[in-house]
Parts: sequence; structure tokens; C-alpha cells
Amino acid sequence: MIEQAIETKSVRKTVSVQASPDVAWRVFTEKMGTWWPLATHKIGEARAVDAVIEPRAGGRWYERGEDGSTCDWGRVLAWEPPSRLVLAWEISADWKHDPSINTEVEVRFIAEGEGATRVELEHRNLDAYGARRDQMIAIFESDGGWSGLLAAFRAACLQK
Amino acid sequence: MTYAERAFDALGDPTRRLIFTRLRNGARSVGEIAEGMDVTRPAVSQHLKVLKDARLVVDTAEGTRRLYSVDPRGIEELRRWLDRFWDKALAAFKEAAEKEASKERNK
Repeated sequence: MIEQAIETKSVRKTVSVQASPDVAWRVFTEKMGTWWPLATHKIGEARAVDAVIEPRAGGRWYERGEDGSTCDWGRVLAWEPPSRLVLAWEISADWKHDPSINTEVEVRFIAEGEGATRVELEHRNLDAYGARRDQMIAIFESDGGWSGLLAAFRAACLQK
Repeated sequence: MTYAERAFDALGDPTRRLIFTRLRNGARSVGEIAEGMDVTRPAVSQHLKVLKDARLVVDTAEGTRRLYSVDPRGIEELRRWLDRFWDKALAAFKEAAEKEASKERNK
């Protein structure tokens, strides 16, 4: 049997940050709510005010609404401060929580000289979406769905 | 019928959904797909044809065998979107981390 990998099943990103790994780790995890595009990328009905990662393997990853409600995004699979974080991203293509979607986000914080960090991010197992009917439809209808979301996202970024 | 409707229709059948799910971990021949299923090989071939017409599955020749796999184009849409999402999110993260670092330096 040939295990043929689908080449498009992960997204990889690298960003260099003028901050130590400790600071980069803390901002990524403890202060996720300060940089995550909460205006557009959230699940709950309520306006989202924070994105929270519980600091341990097995912890929750969720958004908190202004009314105190919480909505799960996924779980912490690996918690190795300040160098490696793995999150289970359980959000479907139509931006709803679905634990059967087991895509993963791995983030590595690599010291790069004095007070600088290279942050490598991989969002993998994207084919977990492929076998799901609802998500397939959301993906295929991307002209409406995704670009609308993106337009809102861009507008939010420009307001900053 | 539009592309999306055809995909929706193709996956409306439980046998085809099962076949499609079986291709998630990699390419399979008709024989491998039919293994342990309560469906004949010709029936599996017929289902594969429908999935192929709906652009959910692609086939490639591997020697004398024909292998079927998930058509990456559907996933590609999602990948492109996440690619852009992480670009924006990480740019915002960089800004926040550098602000925090300079705040601590000035303490």
C-alpha cells in the first residue's frame, strides 16, 4: 500500500521577532488575546474579549466573550515553555468548534542571537477537513464564505 | 449543477462517503478500497467515477494499477485561506511581542 502524502496538507510560517524566547512565548500564550484577530476570528455569539490557552498539556484553548461565556477552539497537546507549543485546532471551515477535526498547530520558539527569536509555525493535518461533508461545502463555496471573512479581516486590520 | 452541488450530491451517498474517507491516509487501488466492504469491485469503480466527476477524487496510473486519492484542490482552498490567516495573525503577534520586549527593556 502506498502512503502518498498530499502536498498541500500543511501551512508553514516563520517570523523573526525582536524579543527573547521568554517574551515571545509569553505574548503568544498568555497574551494571545492582545494580537489574535478576535473581531472576526471567534466562534461564540458574544463579542470575544480574550483568547485563552491553559498553561499545561491537556489544557483548554478557548475564547472568552464579554458576557463571560467561553467557546472551545481546541486543546493543548504539548506545553514546553519557552520553546515548543502544540495546539489541537478543532475549528471547522465554517468557524465552529468540532472536536472531530484534529488539525494541529505546532509553534517553535528558537533563540536567534541576543534578544531575538525565530518563531516557526506549522498548521498541519489539513486533510482532516477533506473527508468531511460540511466542511467540503464550506470550502467549495469559498468565493462567498472565505473572501467575505477575509474582507472583514482586512478591514479590522486597517482600523488598527 | 454547480461544482459545489455536484460535490454535495456525490457525498450524499453513504458508500461514497466511506470510500472517500478511506482515501484520507493516502492513495489506494480499487481492490484495497473494496477490502472488507460489503460492495463489489465494479460497484466501487462506479462510485469512484462519480467522486471523480465531482472533482473530489483523482486517479493516477502506478504501473499496471490505477490508484485513487483525494483531489487536493478542495484542501488547497482551505490551505490558501489559512496561509493568509497566519500571515496576518503572526504579523500582529510580532508587533505585540516586540512592544512587550521594549516595555521590559525600559523598566
